Formats: sequence, structure tokens, C-alpha cells
Amino acid sequence: MIDTKTKYMNPYLAGVLLGLVLLAAFYLTGRGLGASGAMKSAVVATVDVVDANYATTNSFFGKFLGGPNSPMKSWLVFEVLGVLVGGFISGAFAGRLKFKIEKSPNITNRRRIILALIGGALFGFGSQLGRGCTSGAALSGMAVLSVAGYVTMVCIFGTAFALAYFFRKNWI
Amino acid sequence: MAPIIPLNGYTEELNLLAAFLIGIGFGFVLEQAGFSSSRKLAGMFYGYDITVLKVFFTAAITAMVGLIFLNYLGLIDMSIVYINQYYIKSAIVGGVIMGAGFIIGGFCPGTSVCAAAIGKIDAMIFIGGSLIGIFIFGLTYDWLEPLYNDAFVGAPKLSEELGIKDGLLAFAVIFMAVMMFWLGEKAEKMFKRDDISKEI
Repeated sequence: MIDTKTKYMNPYLAGVLLGLVLLAAFYLTGRGLGASGAMKSAVVATVDVVDANYATTNSFFGKFLGGPNSPMKSWLVFEVLGVLVGGFISGAFAGRLKFKIEKSPNITNRRRIILALIGGALFGFGSQLGRGCTSGAALSGMAVLSVAGYVTMVCIFGTAFALAYFFRKNWI
Repeated sequence: MAPIIPLNGYTEELNLLAAFLIGIGFGFVLEQAGFSSSRKLAGMFYGYDITVLKVFFTAAITAMVGLIFLNYLGLIDMSIVYINQYYIKSAIVGGVIMGAGFIIGGFCPGTSVCAAAIGKIDAMIFIGGSLIGIFIFGLTYDWLEPLYNDAFVGAPKLSEELGIKDGLLAFAVIFMAVMMFWLGEKAEKMFKRDDISKEI
């Protein structure tokens, strides 16, 4: 019998290791982890390429332009490129590299894709309004005992719990 | 003395190399923990798999305790470490919107990148959605700006707000986390879904 419990790392051990990675980020660079900030850089850089005039005059995108460097030459962009590499290495070792749409058998691929797109759009939008996502605002913020970190964490998980019932058919 | 790179004025190139290496560690651990699976992440909200709770809180506690000790031993200058700025309204509204995105889309930005790295197509679409969401935020920024910048209270620490020492708050957070782990482990048995668990 295959013991499915050994497929992934023990979650508490993984948590300690993730905490040590986060601690290393603080120790080396004075800042925590992040993800949505890199996506923002990608959006700003793309808008700048498509219409540089609009990008610099837009009061949000313009904030990240005009410096000596491209918005892509940022800490979070390089960190997220690392996440891609690290995730790939782990997946390769664990034999989990496979193109697939993961979903409940109760829903179609099409529905899963539409939900992923809508969910992503909400998360992307919310991460800008909330000045960071689960990594940068919640996890890193909690480690430095920031009020913003705890508030963001409670709002993200609290809302997901509150809405879980209405979206249950998509998952269970 | 830490933070090493800003204090020693190392070059931006070295800082970006550190970012890349830290990212590799971040992505590797997320994937090892199973955060590359949307159904495993969503399990948290239905009780059949509370890996998210265990990993997330253990990580936050580890880094929190590590920083407190480094600070206590005088090995890190916490005045240079970034503390998140708190804009009360946008933090709450943004967090609520992100929570909706989480249960609808099944990922958050970091986990979507990790899942896309091993070939999850739903994660790639989630990233595409995130880019669209950020673009829409930029387009509507002028209209959102009053909310975005309202109720700014600086970068308060929870321990200062409560008027307690960092160590005591850390102890309280650890206590609550252990209680949640205990409850969560019970929930995992109560809402067990072997059909889902063997697939993810």
C-alpha cells in the first residue's frame, strides 16, 4: 500500500523551513518575502512598453517608472523568479512535474479556468489595495509583529472561510 | 550585525542575487509542503486538509521568534527591518477582496507561481487573472486613491498597540497557534475526504 502521507513534507517541518527562509530574508536584506509586488512590476513594465506615455502619466503606474532602472530590476521580481526555479526543483525531485488542470471532479475544466481567472483578478486587485498579499503583507507582516500583517491575515482567511460554503461545489 | 546587505552597503546586484536565492528556498519549501495544489490549499476552508494553517503559522512563529532572539542578542538592527505600513481601510478592504479571490481561485500569488512551476494550468490562469486585476487597479487608481490612502496610522506593532512586550505577544501568538493546530487536527479527522486526499 502506498502511504500517501509521505508524499509531501511534514507540514510543521515545512513551516519551520519556510520560517527560516523568511528569517534569512530579514537577516540578509531587512525585508520579508513577497509575490504580488513582482506581478505589479510585470504589469507596470508591460504597460510601459505598450504605451509609455500613458504609463508615466497614470498616477499608479507612474509611481514605479522614471527611475534609472526598469521596474523589472526589483528585489521581488528576482525573488519570484527564484520561486519558479525552487518550485520546479522540488516538483522534479518529487515527481510532480505535469501539465494539468487541478479541480474537483464535480466541475468542468472550463469552469475551473474561469474561476481561476476571476479569483486571480480579485487577488491581484486586492493585493494592490491591501499593499501586499499573503506573503508580503500577512506572513512577513506577522513575523515583524505588524498590526497591518495580522489585520490582513485575519481578513484574507476570515473572508475565505466566510465564503467557503457558497463555493463548496467547486472544491468538495 | 544584520540586516547584512543594507548595513554594509553591498551592491544592488548582490541584493538581487540574494533575492533570487531566497526565492529558490521559498519556492522549494512551498512546493514540498503541497502549496502547489489548489485542492490542498482549499482544504483549509473545508477542514479536510489544514496544511495551510500548519505551515503558515509555524513559519510565521519561527521567523517571529528568530527575529526576537536576534534583536535580543543585538545581532539585528530592527530599525532598518521593514515593518508594514498600516492604512486601516485599505488593509481591511484589500484583505477581504483577497480572501474572496483565494476561495474562488484556489491560490494566492506566491502559491500560484509555485504551482505554475510544476505545470498546473489553473495556476497559470490564476497568474494571468492577477495581472489583469493589478492592471484594473492601476486603471481605476484615481478613483480608488481616497480609500487607498485613507486612515493611515504609520507602521504600528501589535505589541505596542496592546502595550505588552514583544516576547509576551509572541508567546500569545504561539499559544493561539497551538490551539488552532489542535482544533485543526480534529477538523481533519472530522471532515476527512480520502477521495480528495489521495488525488492531491
